[in-house]
Amino acid sequence: MDELYRDYILDHYKSPRNFGELDPHDLEWHDHNPLCGDELGVHVQVTDGRIADLRFHGQGCAISQAAASIASEELIGMEVEDVHQLPAQWVVDLLGIGISPTRRKCALLSLKVMRGATTGDGSWPEDPG
Amino acid sequence: MSASGAFATGVTPDAPAQPEHVEDTPPGAVDGLDTPRSPLRGLRGDFPTLARVQDGRPLTYLDSAATAQKPVAVIEEMNDFLRHSNASVHRGVYALAQESTERFEGARERIAAAYGGEPATTIFTHNATEAINLVAYAWGRENVGPGDEVLLTDMEHHSNIVPWQLLCEETGARLRWLSVSDDGELSLDELDAVLAEGRVKLVGVVHVSNVLGTINPVREIAARARAAGAACLVDGSQAAAQMPVDVGEIDADFYVWTGHKALGPTGVGVLHGRRPVLEGMRPFIAGGHMISSVQRERSTWNDLPWKFEAGTSAIADVVGLGAAIDYLSALGFGAVRDHERDLTAYALERLASVPDLALFGPLDPDRRGGVVSFAMEGIHPHDIAEICDRDAICVRAGHHCAQPLMRRLGVGATARASFHVYNEREDVDRLVEALGEARRVFGLG
Repeated sequence: MDELYRDYILDHYKSPRNFGELDPHDLEWHDHNPLCGDELGVHVQVTDGRIADLRFHGQGCAISQAAASIASEELIGMEVEDVHQLPAQWVVDLLGIGISPTRRKCALLSLKVMRGATTGDGSWPEDPG
Repeated sequence: MSASGAFATGVTPDAPAQPEHVEDTPPGAVDGLDTPRSPLRGLRGDFPTLARVQDGRPLTYLDSAATAQKPVAVIEEMNDFLRHSNASVHRGVYALAQESTERFEGARERIAAAYGGEPATTIFTHNATEAINLVAYAWGRENVGPGDEVLLTDMEHHSNIVPWQLLCEETGARLRWLSVSDDGELSLDELDAVLAEGRVKLVGVVHVSNVLGTINPVREIAARARAAGAACLVDGSQAAAQMPVDVGEIDADFYVWTGHKALGPTGVGVLHGRRPVLEGMRPFIAGGHMISSVQRERSTWNDLPWKFEAGTSAIADVVGLGAAIDYLSALGFGAVRDHERDLTAYALERLASVPDLALFGPLDPDRRGGVVSFAMEGIHPHDIAEICDRDAICVRAGHHCAQPLMRRLGVGATARASFHVYNEREDVDRLVEALGEARRVFGLG
């Protein structure tokens, strides 16, 4: 099996979970990766401080799309105020593949967009330390 | 990504060739792939970077449109200059400074001659972007005002867009855009129609598109602009690297290019300008060397070209660029163009055999330079580039600093292979093989 393009990565890429629009929605954010032009937006519904539902939308490579899809399944049900505490490594661990420095922003774009939607701070996620 | 978009494979231009393209296409071009291969063979050994082995594989470098590899002749010339001739140019009276100046100005003379220009109107900048900014500031701020228009095309690189956006913001002028047809070309009729409105002060156009490869009829565009009272700036960054360019014949007010795509080092760009226009311009960067005399209150300017070369130049890099142009001149720019055309024709034919692959730009290799952009259904360009890299194949993926064009093409990004004299048809074969591997990895073939 391919070390990077594993079956589950390609499955999420080809059949992304929680993709599309969500109306009405309580939170939204849209961003892009200036290096490559990949675009990603998110719509979020919030109930009692928790992420009740969300949809990502946009276009990008297998890594960015799979990361958004896999993360979406973890994000639903999470406390909104916990999102901005998620480190970059959270997404990398979820992906479960070695991410080279050149593909790191592909992996992190979905978390970046979620941070923007939940806190208004759309800066790149970092790791503590 | 949809492979059935406006620019997909199979959208062949049916219109007869416009005669103005003939003037920009050098003679000697061959048709089809049954013709003999380019006589420029075996040059790979002249380029030390290409001896690199990556995970046991030889390097297949297909990103010359971003930057070209450097021949030994360039590396040795710069090495020799720095070891034996280095001194600040122009004002030293000692022998070493005279020698440094001679090597620096000698490079200028040879570069000017190779491109049909004159030394006095061949200005060294740091890259093509700086050259365009020079024009946008020093010419634009004096000649463009409220209600005026700057006319660009939808296939410009960001470097020929953003300086004009800033100019328009500051002056109250307006940006206009020439459209790109489905076969990746500009329309001279549309140009005429916009010029006829009488508000265009400058036309900015790329000579060879870094995405589509389109060779634009820049001599004709410059002539029509002038007839309408507008100046013309041609971005020759791709063209100057790979085909005969005669700036005197094109006769645009400004023709800019960058050295590092033409086998030279980074850090040197070139602005060729028409003398009366350059003489009428204020300086861009102010400081040492660009002055004739400095009083406490005011200064007067040095002669051309030095009026526009403030501060200490990238001397060794200019000397290196001189060696690069010598190398290309020795091969012959016509032969270089034929080589690029042969590889482009071969790539267009081989890539068309890859399932679900869309090609962008003119499909006639006579009408395009040595760059081929493509997209594959179901595989993002970044993933294409990643899988190519596993076979030590260097292709670029992304928007290629041409986001307005990406929107016109209806894609977020493309993959791009581009060629130079060190490439051969076998490099294209390796690319096509890797694209097949990409399809297998993605479960598509």
